[in-house]
Amino acid sequence: MIILILLGVPLFAAAALAFVGDRKLAPEINILGSAATFIAGIGLALQVYEHGPFMAGGKFFFVDAFNVYLAVLTSFVSMTTAIFSRRYMRREREHGRVGHIGMRFYHAMFQVFIFAMLLCLLTNNIGILWIAMELATLSTVLLVSLYRTPTAIEAAWKYFILCGVGIAQALFGTVLLYFAAEKVLGEGGDALLWTNLSQVSDKLEPTVLTLAFVFLMVGYGTKVGLVPLHNWLPDAHSEGPTPISAVLSGLLLNVALYALVRCKVLVDGSTHTHQAGNIMMGFGLLSILVAAFSLLRQKDIKRMFSYSSIEHMGIATFAFGLGGPIATFGALLHMLVHSLAKSAIFFTVGHASQMHRTQDMDKIKGLFNGKPLVGWGMMFGVMAIAGMPPFGIFTSEFLILTATTKDAPFLTPFLLLGFVVAFAALFRRVQPMVSGAVPSYQRQIKVAHLPVFLHMALVLMLGIYMPDFLNRWFHTAVELLK
Amino acid sequence: MNIQIASHINGFLSAFVLLTAFAMLAQRRVYGLIHLFTWQGLFLSINTALVGYVAGKHHLYISSLLTLSLKVVLLPYILHVLIVRLKIKKEVETVMNVPLTMLIGIALVIFSYHLTAPVRELSTLITRSTLAIALATVLIGLLMMITRRHAVTQIIGFLAMENGLFLAATSATYGMPLVVELGVALDILIAAFIFGIFFFHIHTTFDSLDVEKMARLKEGD
Repeated sequence: MIILILLGVPLFAAAALAFVGDRKLAPEINILGSAATFIAGIGLALQVYEHGPFMAGGKFFFVDAFNVYLAVLTSFVSMTTAIFSRRYMRREREHGRVGHIGMRFYHAMFQVFIFAMLLCLLTNNIGILWIAMELATLSTVLLVSLYRTPTAIEAAWKYFILCGVGIAQALFGTVLLYFAAEKVLGEGGDALLWTNLSQVSDKLEPTVLTLAFVFLMVGYGTKVGLVPLHNWLPDAHSEGPTPISAVLSGLLLNVALYALVRCKVLVDGSTHTHQAGNIMMGFGLLSILVAAFSLLRQKDIKRMFSYSSIEHMGIATFAFGLGGPIATFGALLHMLVHSLAKSAIFFTVGHASQMHRTQDMDKIKGLFNGKPLVGWGMMFGVMAIAGMPPFGIFTSEFLILTATTKDAPFLTPFLLLGFVVAFAALFRRVQPMVSGAVPSYQRQIKVAHLPVFLHMALVLMLGIYMPDFLNRWFHTAVELLK
Repeated sequence: MNIQIASHINGFLSAFVLLTAFAMLAQRRVYGLIHLFTWQGLFLSINTALVGYVAGKHHLYISSLLTLSLKVVLLPYILHVLIVRLKIKKEVETVMNVPLTMLIGIALVIFSYHLTAPVRELSTLITRSTLAIALATVLIGLLMMITRRHAVTQIIGFLAMENGLFLAATSATYGMPLVVELGVALDILIAAFIFGIFFFHIHTTFDSLDVEKMARLKEGD
């Protein structure tokens, strides 16, 4: 029941917003819809907390410790993004970057996107998982090209084509998985249910599953933004509207990684080797290193932070690949804190680039003097994302690093190198933006500070103190993913 | 129907699907590509119905009808309307090095047979030998998307890949569960509307559907 509400609200909100269009109250309805989704998400979390994992809708939905926290996170970040986007998009509208059809489309598709991600997380059927993932891509493609500039259209086309190709590989992997499952579970929809598959995973044919995993890795890996499949990501993030960059970076990448990890559990259960983990570690480490060095060369502020997203998704993928209780715990925490910190950063980046009317980092200056709260928001955000204590990302990166020194010591230097280079690159760029005199073209705007500081407070809290329920969920999820 | 004969017809129709994929690699005219794509969909649809009949899987009839209406009627129609509206019906694409692409295509077929060998050995279905063809069709669609520079061609490559995936599902497992196939069909339909809108956006912004012109987003320099 609660799942139907959770999925129904964004769908209903999307229909309502498509109807309301560019009227005055549209952003408020968007916030209201997202807030209702968040409340439903909390309701779901309470249910899981009290009664443990459960299935609903004739085994169609499945909620356990692994996906419930991601579902709550998704609904929470979508709510804060809706709050942020109210003023932001209104200003973009005043600047004439979007028309009224664009606004109608933006609000409706935002909600469809949330729906698709929640469906992805909550479904038990790995075929539906694929369909929802594709829907999440399709609903954001035209949002990336919302401004209709040549670069925006180019970015959206790249996003459409590359993710289309990638996700097609994942479908082939799913077909192979179904082929193996059908032999054990018989044909029909039940053979694609994750709960059924995980029970019989040691009976599934290992050669077929290994082959399937390669395709799934390439497919969902494209959506996670892993190097060398990452080409669409910086373009889509830098050219789309900032609220969309925030949810793409903070939520969609997580959901894609979630799909990959779910599949990995099945493959591990069948092969009893560390092969799938090794593939993930390879992709993860490559992403960390390539993204860290790419950070150094960026001029566009949103592009820079999208490379930082690639780096962090690489860290989480690497940690899931490494396996073991500490690394998996670290990866779960990392997905959570990265999502919160990165969306907060995109909010402040949106504010800063609207104040200067540019995304060029050389032209953004004097934020501390011009608008201290935006400046500090960015400073804290970068400190958090670079992994400084006492923020939560420090904790997760420390856990992952500890696990690496224990299980794969020869990889530790590479991991450290990635962390250090990313740290240096980010601070080298952020320092001139926040300090210095206020440039003449900087303008004062009204911004929503609440989403930024709420996220930062949560990231800080998770670095110092881990709430009991989260701890328990993570431990359960670690058991599950073993 | 005799299983042996059915298996032969199945192989024959799958071969035609692959053949049209190769023909697409060589086809330079946008209009011709749409025809080839329609044929591919038709072979696929007949093949699905045949497999459904022989194997006694009635849900494959629905899949077959879905393929027929979507990939033989609706998508070619949408593409046709689009290229008429955008006045690119006669457009000829400058394709680099067709013989080389063909050779790569052949290499992909061999690679597919090699890759799917373990799966073939495990399968008991009459359609098992077509799995390699399905994978080859997917990979050739991918190759087409990489080597071609025209937006319409890239989309047809994408849809050809989809056909390959559909063939894979039919040949490896007698089709995915119906709910999944319906969902996939819905996604393709949404994708069709999106690329339709895109063609107009690209055409008005770049004055051409040549993707080569979209090269402004480069790494920081």
